[in-house]
Amino acid sequence: MGILVIADNDNESIKAPTLVTVAAALQIGDNVDVLVAGSGCGAAGEAAAKIGGVNKVLVADNDTYGHDLAENLAALVVELAAGYSHIMTSTTTSGKNFLPRVAALLDVGQISDITAVVSEDTFERPIYAGNAIATVQSSDSVKVITVRGTAFDPVPADGGSAAVENVGSVTDSGVSTWDREQIVERDRPELTAASVIISGGRGMQNGDNFTLLESVADKLGAAVGASRAAVDAGFVPNDMQVGQTGKIVAPELYVAVGISGAIQHLAGMKDSKVIVAINKDEDAPIFQVADYGLVADLFKAVPEMDGLL
Amino acid sequence: MKVLVAAKRVVDYNVNVRVLSDESGVDLNNVKMSVNPFDEIAIEEAVRLKEAGKAEEVIVVSVGSSACQEQIRTALALGADRGILVETEEDVQPLGIAKVLKAIMDKEQPEIVITGKQAIDGDNSQTGQMLAALGGYGQATFASEVELGDGTATVTREIDGGLETITVKLPAVITTDLRLNEPRYASLPNIMKAKKKPVDTYSPADLGVDVTPSITTLKVSPPAERQAGITVETVEELVDKLKNEAKVI
Repeated sequence: MGILVIADNDNESIKAPTLVTVAAALQIGDNVDVLVAGSGCGAAGEAAAKIGGVNKVLVADNDTYGHDLAENLAALVVELAAGYSHIMTSTTTSGKNFLPRVAALLDVGQISDITAVVSEDTFERPIYAGNAIATVQSSDSVKVITVRGTAFDPVPADGGSAAVENVGSVTDSGVSTWDREQIVERDRPELTAASVIISGGRGMQNGDNFTLLESVADKLGAAVGASRAAVDAGFVPNDMQVGQTGKIVAPELYVAVGISGAIQHLAGMKDSKVIVAINKDEDAPIFQVADYGLVADLFKAVPEMDGLL
Repeated sequence: MKVLVAAKRVVDYNVNVRVLSDESGVDLNNVKMSVNPFDEIAIEEAVRLKEAGKAEEVIVVSVGSSACQEQIRTALALGADRGILVETEEDVQPLGIAKVLKAIMDKEQPEIVITGKQAIDGDNSQTGQMLAALGGYGQATFASEVELGDGTATVTREIDGGLETITVKLPAVITTDLRLNEPRYASLPNIMKAKKKPVDTYSPADLGVDVTPSITTLKVSPPAERQAGITVETVEELVDKLKNEAKVI
């Protein structure tokens, strides 16, 4: 029995979380196939074939799969599911959208957002915003799993030479259609792929002040994030949110500026290697997880930091 | 049309949960319980559809112990018309809840089901998607805007890189993200009125649903503690430490 990993891809390339999911899959078993579904996704299929440790790449190339509509993608995965003991994908917005649908169609549970593999049927996953770690065992015939993008060391993107096979009859559910998207084009790295992140909270006071962070970010090659409080207050868009209900990140360096450190925010960043907190309130809980804390007015400290870099 | 809202009773988001010393779970004794915050957004959205004249009736469902009555009453005070409690002492998992909700859908024939994108206890983010799968319905998860058309819903969704808009045929399942709306507070008169609104109670067996879980929790442990570091006095010192001590810039 093999393991099927559904790749997160943009038709041209394979997204970084997939390398982490393949790493988790290889801890379960060594027979790992990768499914690349998309529209004009040949290049992504070739990229998947180079991923280290992959046995076979299945490519489903059709307009139907162009926008990751859950109904169509789930039908494809269910069609391919026979013969696999584990079906896995990354905990991205796409993975979270379609994989529970696959699980329900197979009449099995899903184990969401695993952070460790204990055995082929037992996994660790965070609950209560990471305030507890549950060890769970599945008795289902097929284990359907999403993998946290920061929890395993990624396999190399190069070096493999898996066979590529075209698969899948085309199923359009007819119950949903894709209309349009507004993808924010940023010159900076994506939050989930950045090695340095600088995030702002309610202390930023407004959205315009985020330019202070952007200037520092550009010097560090960093991504800019935000706390839920900053998103709630309308300072910045939701796709910048780091936390329990936003993105989970674990960069080399995380700089929290004007963020008090609610448990929901800590849930999204406390696995960062080095944490810096800049806050004028010395009692802010963020200082309890920070490696380096600076009690200061951010409107003085951040420009000063900018000048020193 | 009818709108069905699924609401879960969870530990209040302000509570700092503690793991029990025997690692059997988290301490739920004398802990404040609330409606899952994303489900509150779902209730608000449904009530707004009714206030806008687009929905005739809002039904709220909760699956769990008899204590879930409290969360149903909260939803009724916020404007839902009637409640359904599917009472069970079993630790029901998302697939089981989705099967219960499917049975309720078959009974009530709502055109829209709205629920939270995830519950803040289990952090699973599965139930809405599973319900849509079981019924063969379209799903619009992580919604930040919902526009009803003729037999359709056009929904803007929060995705990793920004937003996307999809159209689903009704009946459909919508799960709510943070920015969909800002839930109201219940007024005292509405809390009083909510006490008189009807709540039906079923067991999963009444609905012909087996909710036995397939995933067993072996233990629940506290996360690895992160040690607090040092306080630096100046920005200069901070930058120096990052360059020469932590070597991350």
